[in-house]
Formats: sequence, C-alpha cells, structure tokens
Amino acid sequence: MAQLRVKISGFGGQGIVLSSYILGKAVTIFDGKNASMTQVYGPEARGGACSSQVVISEEEVDYPLVDTADVLIALSQEGYDKFLPILRDQGILCYDSDLVTKLHSHDRVIAKSIPATRIAEEMGKKIVANIVMLGFATAQAEISTPDAMRQSIRKSVPAKFTDLNMEAFERGFNYQGET
Amino acid sequence: MRKSDLHGEFFIQGNIACAEAALAAGCRFFGGYPITPASEIAERMAYRLPQLDGVFVQFEDEIASMASILGASWAGAKSMTSSSGPGISLMLENIGLGIMMETPCVIVNVQRGSPSTGLPTSWGQSDMMQARWGSHGDFAVIALCPKSPQEYFDLTVKAFNLSEQYRLPVFVMSDAVVGHMTEKVYIPPVDELEIIERKYTSKKPQDYLPYECEFDAVPDFAKAGDGYRYHTTGLTHDERGYPVMTEECHVKLVNRLINKIKLHADDIIMIEEKDTEDAEVIVVSYGITSRIVFPAIKIMKKKGIKVGYLRLITVWPFPEERIRQLASKVNGFVVVELNMGQVCLEVERCAKNAVTKLVPHPGGGMPQVETITQAIQEVADAR
Repeated sequence: MAQLRVKISGFGGQGIVLSSYILGKAVTIFDGKNASMTQVYGPEARGGACSSQVVISEEEVDYPLVDTADVLIALSQEGYDKFLPILRDQGILCYDSDLVTKLHSHDRVIAKSIPATRIAEEMGKKIVANIVMLGFATAQAEISTPDAMRQSIRKSVPAKFTDLNMEAFERGFNYQGET
Repeated sequence: MRKSDLHGEFFIQGNIACAEAALAAGCRFFGGYPITPASEIAERMAYRLPQLDGVFVQFEDEIASMASILGASWAGAKSMTSSSGPGISLMLENIGLGIMMETPCVIVNVQRGSPSTGLPTSWGQSDMMQARWGSHGDFAVIALCPKSPQEYFDLTVKAFNLSEQYRLPVFVMSDAVVGHMTEKVYIPPVDELEIIERKYTSKKPQDYLPYECEFDAVPDFAKAGDGYRYHTTGLTHDERGYPVMTEECHVKLVNRLINKIKLHADDIIMIEEKDTEDAEVIVVSYGITSRIVFPAIKIMKKKGIKVGYLRLITVWPFPEERIRQLASKVNGFVVVELNMGQVCLEVERCAKNAVTKLVPHPGGGMPQVETITQAIQEVADAR
C-alpha cells in the first residue's frame, strides 16, 4: 500500500498521543518509511476528547491530515462515534470492547475488538492499555512490523517500565480478536 | 562531542526541532513566557540550555521576554524567544526597538486561532501582517514559514543566520499544526551546518562609529567589553548612535533600515515552485497550507487544467518580482491561507491584470478540498 492512514482516538490521559508517537517512530526510525503525526486536543489535559493521526508512506507525506482513515483505533465511545464515519470501506477498526459498548453497524468495515483496558488492569497497570491496543492493532491491521514496534516501545517508555510495556504489547499482539 | 552536537535521524515534534536548531545555530540565551501552542520550545530550551552553559529565563511576561533577548544580543549572545499571537502582541513595541537598534535575534510565532486569545490549542496563520506591520513605523522585516518539522529546523538555523547578517529580529512563522506535528528530522553534525557569525569591526576603538555604513548596508558590531565607545537608542540616531532629531538624519536612517532588506531581497527570498512555467492557474500558499493544497491540485490537473504550485518559504520580504513575472503569463492566482486574506493582498498588488482568488479560513480547521478546486476552476475560466 502506498499510504496507510491511522486514526487513534480516546480521551486525554489514555496515552493516545504517545501511541501514535510510538507508531510513527517505529515506521520511520526502525522501518525506514516516512510518517507524519498530528494531533487534536482540547484545552483540558485529562478527560477531554483526544485524537491523533499518523500518515505512513514510502514516499514523503504531502498531505498530513486524515480525512479518510484506513485504520481506526478507538479507546472511547466518543472517539468511536465520531470517527467511524471516516473509516473507509473495508478499513480496519480496532476498539476496546469494554469502553465502546454502543455499537453501530460494522457492515462496511472490518471490526476487531479487545478488552485492552481490562487486560492492562489484570496486569496491574491500567496505564498500559494503549500499548495492549498497539500490540493488537499491529497484529490485526499491520500498522507496522512487530519488531519495529517493539524497538520503538523500548525507546519511548521509561526504562523501569520497559518489561511491563513489552508484556502489554505481546498480550495485545497475541490476542485473538473478537469480531 | 559537545552536547549541542545532537545529530542523526529523529522522530520529533516541530517545536522540538526548532529548539534544537536554535542550539545548533549557537543560540545561548532564551527569554520567554509559556503559551500554547509554543510552550514546547521554551520547555526544550529550559532543559537544554543549561547543558550548554547557556541561559534560560522565564520572565514575568512577553514584554520583558522580548526586552531580555535584545539585551542578551547586545551582550554578544545569539538569542531567541517564542510565543503565539497574544504574546507577540505584547512584544511588538520591543520588536520595533530591536529593528531600530539593529539587534540580531529570532522570534518564533507558533500561530494559533486569533484574534485575542482565540483558539489556544488550534491553528491559524492570521499573524502574517502582524509580523510585517505590527510594530509602529516603517521598516522591513524577514519572516520565514516552515511546512514541516524538518523545515522548521532548517529555517530556524537560517533565521539566526539572516538575523546576524542583516542585524534585525527575524520571525519564524510556524503554526499549531507544524509546531505539534511529529515527523522524521535529520539533524546534521554542527560542523556541517552553514552558520553565519556576527560581524565585528576591525577598526580601532578611536576610529569606530557604531552605525557608520553605506546607504543599504549593515554596520559592524563592536564587542562589549573590548573598550569601544558605544551608544544605541530607539530614537532617531546618527552614525555615533546618538539621538539626532533632524529630518536629514531620520530620512537617512529609515531608508537604510528598509534598503538593507529591500535591496538585498533576492538574496533573502526563498520560494518553491512546481509546474509554474506553463501554468494557467498558480496556487500560492505557505507553511501548513502548502501541504493542504495538494489533493485539490491533483484533482484539477486530472481535469486537464494546468495548475502550478508556488510556496512562499520567505513571506517577508515578499517575492514581488517573481509574482509580477508569473502574472504576465497566467490567468491568475489562487491564494490559500488560514486567515481572511493577508498575504493574498500582496499577491493581488503584484498580479496586475491576472485574477487573484482568495480561499480564506479563519483557522481551527482547514479549507475543504472542494473550495480549493472550485477556486482553481473559477480562475481557469476567468479569461
């Protein structure tokens, strides 16, 4: 594919921006592609709607915004409601099945779900839910090669939490998605 | 390896790239006050400057911040501040002082939705005329508009060079998208960067006059502490830097402040052009909008319209001559900007009989592709 447009949505505090940063770094620094990451956030630091987007390309990224997404990652009901309409036909949706409960029709998209936040809570750290989701999206939507993603996570999280984050990634990566 | 020699390939935010560029260019003083969406520059400088024996000061406001970077520059340091619209408004008086005293420094404006406090977390390009005319009086300015984190790095280095070469505050006009956009940025080793250092006089103290130079030139500095007599002021001044309130002195000074930029505009202006030579319609844009226009250009080219692309990298001084040349060959120009028509006025002024069509947007969003294609169609049909 010439270009892959990934939209990640949730609320402030979930690590939405960090997720897209890790993805962007994986594909640029460790996979040698180009990527442009932009973000939209409100004046609130936590709790407000938050989304970020990564355009991945072999070529230079001319147009950095995502009007139509190839992949949508939703970690909140609001993000799911808002961005499902911009997911292209046969685009891949990855959502947190505990946080997105009021579902719309998924007829025109390929929907995959994972209880990412619950898995993170079981690991004792709710905060790694975003990394569980990244692992899941890496497996289900091939947003990056898994190795580049692993390297990028190692380089992007505090050293004392490396193991925790790597485990979170593997949990998500190996999870058999519910459709 | 000095710690400033951070080099290699990084996936970093535009504002961080800007701060690293300043350090690579030799900036060792930053005075500022935090404001969204520019705070990351100050944050990075606060973290990095102490590592390089530089000084970071967060001041009580933007008025003091701007004054501080003028003072630091006069003391011999390359200096910078960053802010967004509301902060730049407070800096304007001292920016004028910097222009009058011919003080090299760099001002980064990460533009957000305006007027007033407007949209703190969202983007705009509505301070373009403020950079040009915001401070009172007649003068010439230099303003550069980056479209990506990589160019933000390159142009910030360039801004320091131009500020030293032409002795004035230089604007880097980014916006909340480019400021917060994260992309791959290549930072070359410091010794591979072209860095222009301050030009100091070779004259002896008894022969030196601080503002003695040709009608379109830039005077040489004397190093503070080296025994030179010095006077500088925001009042109209003569070669000695002394206030002289005569018409003759004022005419000479104001003309030189303008001429040193205007008569060297060709050396300063940078533009990027694609398919402009045989174009019917040329889309003019700068900064982030220069990346937003691509889908529309593609669509209209497919329809058979010859669409050219002209990106202003330097917005001030404005490339009058190039627009005039192109105006004689095209149907017209479509100007896309995130304000209600600022740079468009300049294009219109130079376009003569060619049509100028504005695609405005006040910021906080982007113009629709259809709005841009429609404008291109209208200009194509105009003759």
